[in-house]
Amino acid sequence: MNPVYRRRRMVNRIIMMASLLASAFGVIWLFLILLTLVTKGVPALSLDVFTERTRMSGGGLGNAILGSLIMTALATVGGTLIGISAGTWLAEYGGRSRLASLIRFINDVLLSAPSIIIGLYIYAVVVLPMGHFSGWAGMAALMVIIIPVVIRSTEDMLLLVPNSLREAAAALGAHRWLIVLRVCYSGAKAGITTGVLLGCARISGETAPLLFTALNTNQWNFFNMGSEMPNLPMVLYQNMTINSFIPAQVALAWAGALVLTAAVLILNILARVSAARSQK
Amino acid sequence: MTTGSSVTPQAAEGDRMQKLSASEHERTALKRNGLVDRVFEITTRGSALMVLLLLGTITGSLVLAGWPALSELGLSFFTDDRWAANVNRFGALPAIYGTLVTSLIAIAIAIPVSLGIAIFLTEICPPKLRRTIGTMVELLAGVPSIIYGMWGMEVLAPFLQSHFPSVFPAGTGLTTAGLILAIMIIPFITAVTRDVMNTVPSIMRESAYGLGCTTWEVVRHVIFPSVKAGMLGGVILGLGRALGETMAVTFVIGNNLFLNATVTGQGTSIAALIANQFSEADGLQRSALLLLGLVLFLITFAVLALARFMLNRTNQRAPS
Repeated sequence: MNPVYRRRRMVNRIIMMASLLASAFGVIWLFLILLTLVTKGVPALSLDVFTERTRMSGGGLGNAILGSLIMTALATVGGTLIGISAGTWLAEYGGRSRLASLIRFINDVLLSAPSIIIGLYIYAVVVLPMGHFSGWAGMAALMVIIIPVVIRSTEDMLLLVPNSLREAAAALGAHRWLIVLRVCYSGAKAGITTGVLLGCARISGETAPLLFTALNTNQWNFFNMGSEMPNLPMVLYQNMTINSFIPAQVALAWAGALVLTAAVLILNILARVSAARSQK
Repeated sequence: MTTGSSVTPQAAEGDRMQKLSASEHERTALKRNGLVDRVFEITTRGSALMVLLLLGTITGSLVLAGWPALSELGLSFFTDDRWAANVNRFGALPAIYGTLVTSLIAIAIAIPVSLGIAIFLTEICPPKLRRTIGTMVELLAGVPSIIYGMWGMEVLAPFLQSHFPSVFPAGTGLTTAGLILAIMIIPFITAVTRDVMNTVPSIMRESAYGLGCTTWEVVRHVIFPSVKAGMLGGVILGLGRALGETMAVTFVIGNNLFLNATVTGQGTSIAALIANQFSEADGLQRSALLLLGLVLFLITFAVLALARFMLNRTNQRAPS
């Protein structure tokens, strides 16, 4: 065979092999991390983990899981309302105007802004004036993180709704708000749900913004948002750093890590299922 | 004048007009709907403007809170090579150095791997497998950062320490952090690269194949040139992520607060320093940490803005 052909085929094979190896390299970490979580987390799992509160010795993660659920749920609800509303304006009213482009650009930047900065920001505007750490502050920090995610997916999904549907509704005499609520939202529902679920998954694992907003406590806290709120990521952080000399606390942290990762991955998979449904 | 049941032409005309035009009921309905329309637009616009308000208040509050430290420390904040709260020395140099070095290491590892995965996913992967592998890479992006930190500290650092003791005497350090960051940003860069590579019309691929190109030649000479800006945008987006990552880095960077101008030694990053010290900080130290936060915000804002600019340019040009 012609040597030029042979060389070209060789180069091609080498590069394709390399990209295959790169894919294996990229995927293997997921399995390694899951393997570690299962081997270290499963032995420490028990019913007590979910029902007992955190203590210096023994105990479980019940209060932390409850606190995380409360803050994440409230932040998701608040963030979804504001995010959908803002995304609606960008898609339906803002269009290509200069203000809308600016907001879109800023939103895209905030979408990947470091979460620890959001924590510092909420510390400066909520915790300092209030004088103490609180569940409200933690919720506000999580809300600031989820809002850009929801805005982005709402706008993207509304733009996918064909204009002819809007025009048909308008020709029947529907007002603009009714068109948006009844026609556009029903078309974009599945996509927006995906965005909300992804955002919810993201904030349930966030630790950095809770460090100096919600802090943490060993007590149960049922909806007393005005005081410090126990939460799962902070318990993991503390058990792996300042409490890491106690083996039982480290084991508990791995059980918590398993629970947290399972919750986040399930949310991610739900989001993907919802996205797949919206494409049909 | 009209008498009895007889109707003048003028009155009949008026009667017909009234039937054609909106009744009282319809008029109020119209008015109400118009009002709802206005309220709806104003409410949604208010929410959208909150994004600008958010950016303004983030910058404003950090500037305000960091100002005391800036006026007290002046330029020494950026040049002092040591952060020691007990002797009131707050030099941001070790943290800034650590942030940049770890992010660059992460980018250097992540670029070839992400490109490889993207080539595999778009060009050679059988369609059935494409979805599965794509989902797995995306799930990697969903794993919370604190899990990466715990895993890095308990698995990766001991592994590096026992297998490469000459390079990683402690297991933790800037390179370990860079490696963890690389694993975290690979999914982001891969997703963007794959998406922009998919925007290349298949007719261009087919033409090149028709001329006898190998897959690599198609990728190298047809696909890469037309999505260059988008790929660069994806890489910069990953860089932005790496710069601000906190929890994963805090666990494995070693938290050494002196400037250690090596690549594998222990150090600290801006985010890790803030996470470690902020909850116990007060006075000047707290202000200095907030100032450090402002520095990080400005750096990441510039980087992310650049990434968005490049991505938007590709998206406008390429048909999706």
